[in-house]
Amino acid sequence: MRQRLPIIATVVVFLLLYVAACFRFEGFGTLRVFFNFLSDNAFLGVIAVGLTFVILTGGIDLSVGAMLGCAGIMVADLITKFHLHPGLATLIVLGFGALVGWTQGMLVEKFKLPSFLVTLGGLFFCRGFSLWISRESMQIDHPAFSELSQFSIKLPAKASLPVSALVWLVILAIGAYLARQTRFGRTTYAIGGNEASARLMGLPVSKTKVLIYTFSGFCAALGGLVFALYTGSGNAVSGTGLELDAIAAVVIGGTLLSGGYGSILGSFIGVMILGVIQTAISFDGTLSSWWTKIFIGALLLIFILLQKLIERSVRAN
Amino acid sequence: MNSRQLPPYLWTIALLLAVFIFNAAFSPGFFTIEWRDGRLFGSLVDIVNRAVPVLLLSLGMTLVIATKGVDLSVGAVMAICGAVAACLIAHPQGSLLKDFQVESLAGIIAAALLVAVVCGLFNGLLVAKIKVQPIVATLLLMVTGRGIAQLLTNGQIVVFEHPEFQALGSGSWFGLPSPIWIFMLSFVLIGLLVHGTAFGKLAAATGSNETAARYAGVKVDSIKVWVYVICAVCAGIAGLIGAADIKAADSNNAGLYLELDAILAVAVGGTAMAGGKFTLVGSVIGAILMQALTTTILTRGVGAETTSILKAVVVVAVCLLQSPAFRESYRRILGLGRAQA
Amino acid sequence: MILEAIGLRMGFTGVKALDGVNFHLRRGEIHALMGENGAGKSTLIKCLTGVYQPDSGQLLLAGEPYRPSSPQHATELGISTVYQEINLAPNLSVAENICLGREPRGPFGIRWKEVRQRAKAALARLQIELDVNAPLGSISVAHQQLVAIARALDVSCQALILDEPTSSLDRNEVDQLFEVLRRLKSEGMGILFVTHFLDQVYAISDRITVLRNGRLVGEFVTSELPKLDLVSHMIGRSASELEAPLAPRSLSAGSTFMSVEKMSGSRSTQDVSFEVSPGEVVGLAGLLGSGRTETLRMIYGIDPIQSGSIQFGNRRRSKLNLQTAIKEGLGLCPEDRKSEGILPDLSVRENLMLVVQNRRGWWRRLSRKEQQETVSNFINRLQIATPDADRPIQFLSGGNQQKVLLARWLAANPKLLLLDEPTRGIDVGAKFEISNLIESLRQGGMSFLFVSSELEEVFRSSNKVLVLRDRRMVGELTGDEIDQNRIMGMIAGNPE
Repeated sequence: MRQRLPIIATVVVFLLLYVAACFRFEGFGTLRVFFNFLSDNAFLGVIAVGLTFVILTGGIDLSVGAMLGCAGIMVADLITKFHLHPGLATLIVLGFGALVGWTQGMLVEKFKLPSFLVTLGGLFFCRGFSLWISRESMQIDHPAFSELSQFSIKLPAKASLPVSALVWLVILAIGAYLARQTRFGRTTYAIGGNEASARLMGLPVSKTKVLIYTFSGFCAALGGLVFALYTGSGNAVSGTGLELDAIAAVVIGGTLLSGGYGSILGSFIGVMILGVIQTAISFDGTLSSWWTKIFIGALLLIFILLQKLIERSVRAN
Repeated sequence: MNSRQLPPYLWTIALLLAVFIFNAAFSPGFFTIEWRDGRLFGSLVDIVNRAVPVLLLSLGMTLVIATKGVDLSVGAVMAICGAVAACLIAHPQGSLLKDFQVESLAGIIAAALLVAVVCGLFNGLLVAKIKVQPIVATLLLMVTGRGIAQLLTNGQIVVFEHPEFQALGSGSWFGLPSPIWIFMLSFVLIGLLVHGTAFGKLAAATGSNETAARYAGVKVDSIKVWVYVICAVCAGIAGLIGAADIKAADSNNAGLYLELDAILAVAVGGTAMAGGKFTLVGSVIGAILMQALTTTILTRGVGAETTSILKAVVVVAVCLLQSPAFRESYRRILGLGRAQA
Repeated sequence: MILEAIGLRMGFTGVKALDGVNFHLRRGEIHALMGENGAGKSTLIKCLTGVYQPDSGQLLLAGEPYRPSSPQHATELGISTVYQEINLAPNLSVAENICLGREPRGPFGIRWKEVRQRAKAALARLQIELDVNAPLGSISVAHQQLVAIARALDVSCQALILDEPTSSLDRNEVDQLFEVLRRLKSEGMGILFVTHFLDQVYAISDRITVLRNGRLVGEFVTSELPKLDLVSHMIGRSASELEAPLAPRSLSAGSTFMSVEKMSGSRSTQDVSFEVSPGEVVGLAGLLGSGRTETLRMIYGIDPIQSGSIQFGNRRRSKLNLQTAIKEGLGLCPEDRKSEGILPDLSVRENLMLVVQNRRGWWRRLSRKEQQETVSNFINRLQIATPDADRPIQFLSGGNQQKVLLARWLAANPKLLLLDEPTRGIDVGAKFEISNLIESLRQGGMSFLFVSSELEEVFRSSNKVLVLRDRRMVGELTGDEIDQNRIMGMIAGNPE
């Protein structure tokens, strides 16, 4: 019960914010606005799925924001300059993301380097690499690509689910399945609970950790593709500071930064909370955009303090 | 037999010299320093002058890393302090600080640095008392800090006019750019604080083995709070110089990613990322090396993106060199036998 | 015979951790492995379970030679280990901890229903009932220990190794565990059991193997080995051997520096009462795990005191923190020098001057000259083998590190120094050096609380001896009462 407290707090915060916003702003409560949360935050949501696994083991991945920009500019470059088919370009970009993630995982696991330093290196690398591809924003002109970005499933009440939202929901389902129903997922939790114990229990700790960073790199690249689809272009500097939003979403979603506790669905709600805050502030009109950062920071502080309280009471047991 | 170790930044100096020689070979006059309009001009002066913000940050960061911590919020603290100073001078429309007007230079600096102290206390207390991991604790201010800076400036880029204050960033005293003087003063003060007192030793003890230090009676919590405060003040000074240089406070971009540069400079300078032994001099050389590399790349016309990739390579390489696991494995590969246990 | 080791040798840089050890575990027996610090118990276990690869010697499983390459491999062969520290995931459920890594799977991934059933079955075999859905961290340590055993038995297991499973259990919990062990024994399993509690050895084990300093002392049938003999085998002195004590047995009655009254801590030593005068060495005798270290930790303000008090002069304290303890003039040389003592990457000089410098305060840095004087003085007096004082302490041998840590406090001249195994891993010459040093400082008025696994040392250096047994103080000996026979009898729990 005590361990469930963060996720309960997350759901309560989401409901309170959502209901309050619905009362405060006309038209906030419509189905269309709700589904817009899904499509507007899909890139962040996709990234958060991979990052949740990393944080569940007690690590951190700072390279996700830079990878988003890198994947976007890469796919744009491959399609526009090299005239590759978008499908092939997508595969290449996803492979690249996984490769960068794998490299980071190997450095963290094999050489016992701190994850924040390694992924800091990853951040620099991805930013440099994307600027090297192109400093300018690149439009993506390809019939298949535009068709894909326009496709959406129509829902009642003028709501619709575009591809980006669908990708998010699919990766969410995969993430939740991996975390809950596979040995890979359970090993992830065991590592977060106590890494040394997990090794002594004979679990494949090294393999799992490398895979987790690989998956996080893959998700970040996928997030970049979703973002490119959403904006119709690639830009080397997009996703600046996004790693912080992603970490905030995961933590607010109830995942303990020390690892071991948390869930993929929690991170989903965490992303939705950020979405509600952002949308509410834009609905308000009088509140400026920086209030988003301050709100998120304050929320993050509250959740971190809550986590510490839980940790303490668990230890006192 | 004397086993006093060679300074860990020896190869940093070697690299720095290599970069200088490379430059000198391609651009004659690289080492030339001219006296014009009552001040020194030249590539070397320029490199150091440009490195000043990272130099200042790396001083504080060295101490934080020595205690096994890290401070990701320094870039945001720079933005906040720049914003405070700019708002006090220009009191722009819609700013939270529009009703406060401070004319004197000392007042402006004091107010901005006071805010920096508060930021440092916030970080330090979270780390030392609430026992939040340093990355997480300082991440918080990293996220929120820019929001706070924008709140202060009401989201605008606040442009101001204050000759005395501007001189901090773009003036020159006794022939050298004023930022270099400010850095040297800070370096001497922190050097005195760290090595003239026992503070540095006790901070290194804290980082080397916190439990052992605590059992020996060292007040590790106070030491941790202090290093975060010092680090934030360094960031505050860097923020003031940055704002004075461009005569404006840009909350979005001031100090952006500089926390990473500072960590890099410390690592390159030979301070162990795992805490313990540290070297301020090494960090200074590290910061100048990073700036020299950046300047070189820019003047060669290779493009700024290469700097990022280079930084990535350097960060990973330095970490690997410090990693016992890596040393062990290359020793094995080279057949040098097992390392001492 | 289920598990055998013949002529096992294992060395670490210069130290023989195991020197030709033989060991035999039969089917259907509970076999206790006994020995003090550094006896080689944990090395033996690690060789049996594949954590270490022995340098030479043979391992037999059911008569067949085997060489486990990892703990995982050993488990597959049928040798399961349960460690003192519970090596499970506290954040996951009981059921999951039992099945982790070998969960039954179906087309949709893990079959949770089957996981729970299997966990229930495994627990039922131990005849314990637990909510298998509860997170492991929420159940008692004893139950966690039983879950760890259930996990070990979830695979086909022929030999079960228990490394100090009872060190954090209370009496009822130990009884519950023992019941389980007896049942497993009757099923024909061989159980190797490491503990420091003598009563438990006699309550449960059939045979005992005693190791000392990496050598086999002997293999005994429990019922035929008197406790006193067991203790003397472990400590390595026959009770009749005597040596002249260094410290005078009776001190002229003087003032009291510190008096401890009925001090107890939760999961720590109970009911400790004694007094220390200036210039007195109080020895704490007792086996490993008898509450020696715990007592020092409470006095030094690391672990909280639950009841009772400590009085310094006329200041009575029922709560003590580390800073207060230091202000009262206490110092501690901890037992685990690697994790609690040395600052690995700092120099010998910096390590040695730490306490002196800290006491001086942040602002008054010791000059290089002052440091040099003190440091070279101690390097000479304690014969610290180091090329020079600027060498990082991590490159010194363990014994020399210990001397530096001792010097760290001696240089600060505390009123009462708590020494936890100060001579562990030190060569004989240095041991005498340290004993003599303690005696001369004692004459100068410094007091000591002295813990050592070597009874001889306690006997030689102490003016007063407190005897601890099973986390309880069982007696205080002064003057002529200090007698090795008598101390050993009290440690063994023989009635006086």
